[in-house]
Amino acid sequence: MTGLEDLYREIILDHYRSPRNRGELPVPPALRLEGFNPLCGDEVVLYLVIEDGTVADVKIAGQGCSISQSSASLMSAAVKGKSVAEARSLIRSFKAMMSIHETTLAEPGSGSQETVGLDDKEAHGGKIPEEEIGLGDEDHPVDLESLGELAALQGVVKFPVRIKCATLSWNVLAQGLDEAEAGVVQKNQAG
Amino acid sequence: MANLTEQAPQKTGIGLDPIDVPAIAADFPLLRRAINGHRIVYLDSAASAQHPFSVIEAMDHYYGTSHANVHRGVYAVAEEADRLYEDARKAVGRLIGAPHPEREIIFTKNATESLNLVAYSWARANLVRNDAVLLTEMEHHANLVPWLMLAKERDLNLRYLSLDDAYRLNLSNLDRLMEGVRLASFTLMSNVLGTMPPAAVLVDAARRAGAVVVADGAQFVPHFPTDVASLGCDFLAFSGHKMLGPTGIGVLWGRQELLEEMPPFIGGGGMIRDVTLDGFLPTELPWKFEAGTPPIAEAVGLGAAVRYLEAVGMERIAEHDRALTSYALQSLSERFGRDIKIFGPDDPNDLSARGGVVSFALRDIHPHDLSQVLDQSGVCVRAGHHCAKPLMRRLGVSATARASFYLYNDESDVDALADALGEAAKLFS
Repeated sequence: MTGLEDLYREIILDHYRSPRNRGELPVPPALRLEGFNPLCGDEVVLYLVIEDGTVADVKIAGQGCSISQSSASLMSAAVKGKSVAEARSLIRSFKAMMSIHETTLAEPGSGSQETVGLDDKEAHGGKIPEEEIGLGDEDHPVDLESLGELAALQGVVKFPVRIKCATLSWNVLAQGLDEAEAGVVQKNQAG
Repeated sequence: MANLTEQAPQKTGIGLDPIDVPAIAADFPLLRRAINGHRIVYLDSAASAQHPFSVIEAMDHYYGTSHANVHRGVYAVAEEADRLYEDARKAVGRLIGAPHPEREIIFTKNATESLNLVAYSWARANLVRNDAVLLTEMEHHANLVPWLMLAKERDLNLRYLSLDDAYRLNLSNLDRLMEGVRLASFTLMSNVLGTMPPAAVLVDAARRAGAVVVADGAQFVPHFPTDVASLGCDFLAFSGHKMLGPTGIGVLWGRQELLEEMPPFIGGGGMIRDVTLDGFLPTELPWKFEAGTPPIAEAVGLGAAVRYLEAVGMERIAEHDRALTSYALQSLSERFGRDIKIFGPDDPNDLSARGGVVSFALRDIHPHDLSQVLDQSGVCVRAGHHCAKPLMRRLGVSATARASFYLYNDESDVDALADALGEAAKLFS
């Protein structure tokens, strides 16, 4: 496997070609949130309706690379109908999958990222070896099973510059859940 | 005054031996690398060019034998460092036909700093509220943001030459736009489109308006014979690392009489004649603009790069770029037809007003996905907004993919690009 198949898995390409929950929702009641990735020019616009602690509806607009757009599409399918707590748990699991082992980040001057040599056989081309990716750390192991189809995005970790593409929509979702909850608190205080 | 873009083809291409690309490429150690099991196909020289051994060795040799600070020491090694640094200045001056290289060539960090120097020094000393500055829609951020910053500070009136649908500057209202302009600053070659504006026409119009002319030569100088006298500009900015030199060094050429009048830009050691607790007197050109220890090794490397380019010949390089760009435009369009969109002049038979960068979109595949797939075949292209966001907006895209050519590329590199694009098209079909 060259690594490219890891990145562009069929599920990812499918969500890129036929994005789920594409569109807009009236604001209010929906919240509208935007996220940008200046590297790719990726843009994710998230419409979120939270009712009774549940993600009642979600729509995605915006444009960008296959990774950012498929991740947003997969995310929308995964969180729709879930409780806010479940959605938050998914965000944690997804971000843990997208994190690189601390050993590979520790010292830029040493370790596996520094094995780029003239001989390609010795080089990882700046990528992270498979055994060290996407498994979280000892304290926060990633439960790939709980991620379902989202696990297809695991290969992105091998391409560090693309991680931000994959996590963009999830950061927007986290922000949206925060704002929704803050809104509920405000309402309760006002009432 | 010669029209630069019309003159160049007449001067070149006749009786010139074509470049022996394999022999040239053998001088560039990085090009021996393999990427993902493929030979590297480096098509990103417009972002940064690779270095021949002679440049790397010149810097190594300087550090190993002749390193000392410049302009200060009275001992043999320091004098050697001094001589090497000033020799580099002369070499750069010679390359662009500077009338007084020992005074007019200022070493900076990069073309960006060179343009900022003009904005902070000349423009701040000369421009007042409501003064007009003329730029173009296709500028790199380096030739936009310094003027936007100054415009905000000084309440200047920024005007822009627009692009027409053939990706050339719309000059129909040039004289009207130029009316009252105090400074005109434009690129000699767009880093996105490859478009080369008719510099002579712009310079003439600016002269009639009494404007000072700044030329951004970051893309042009590395690829074409350059002569500041026939160009007719007042300032020319370019970077070392796009012309086989190291990063960390750029050049500003300025007309001596303008530079003499300008206040210093960055203050510190090396740029003063005298300092008291109440004030300072700046020293003479060019050191007035070179505060602090300059990039000495980088200057030495740039000098070696200039000598390499001169040995090959700038006219041969220009002709080589033209032939390769023509081949690329032709073969990409033959291979992908309507699936590929070229952002820039796309006629393979008319290279008179474009250089060797080819921006494109393949169907609706995002440039970052394209670049990622191409990397699997060892093909390095740039994907993104290329530090030209206003131009991206004008083109109606957020990013493009861009291949750019230099003296070490040949038709096999273009073929590798086309093959890899074919793979990408298959993957995202």
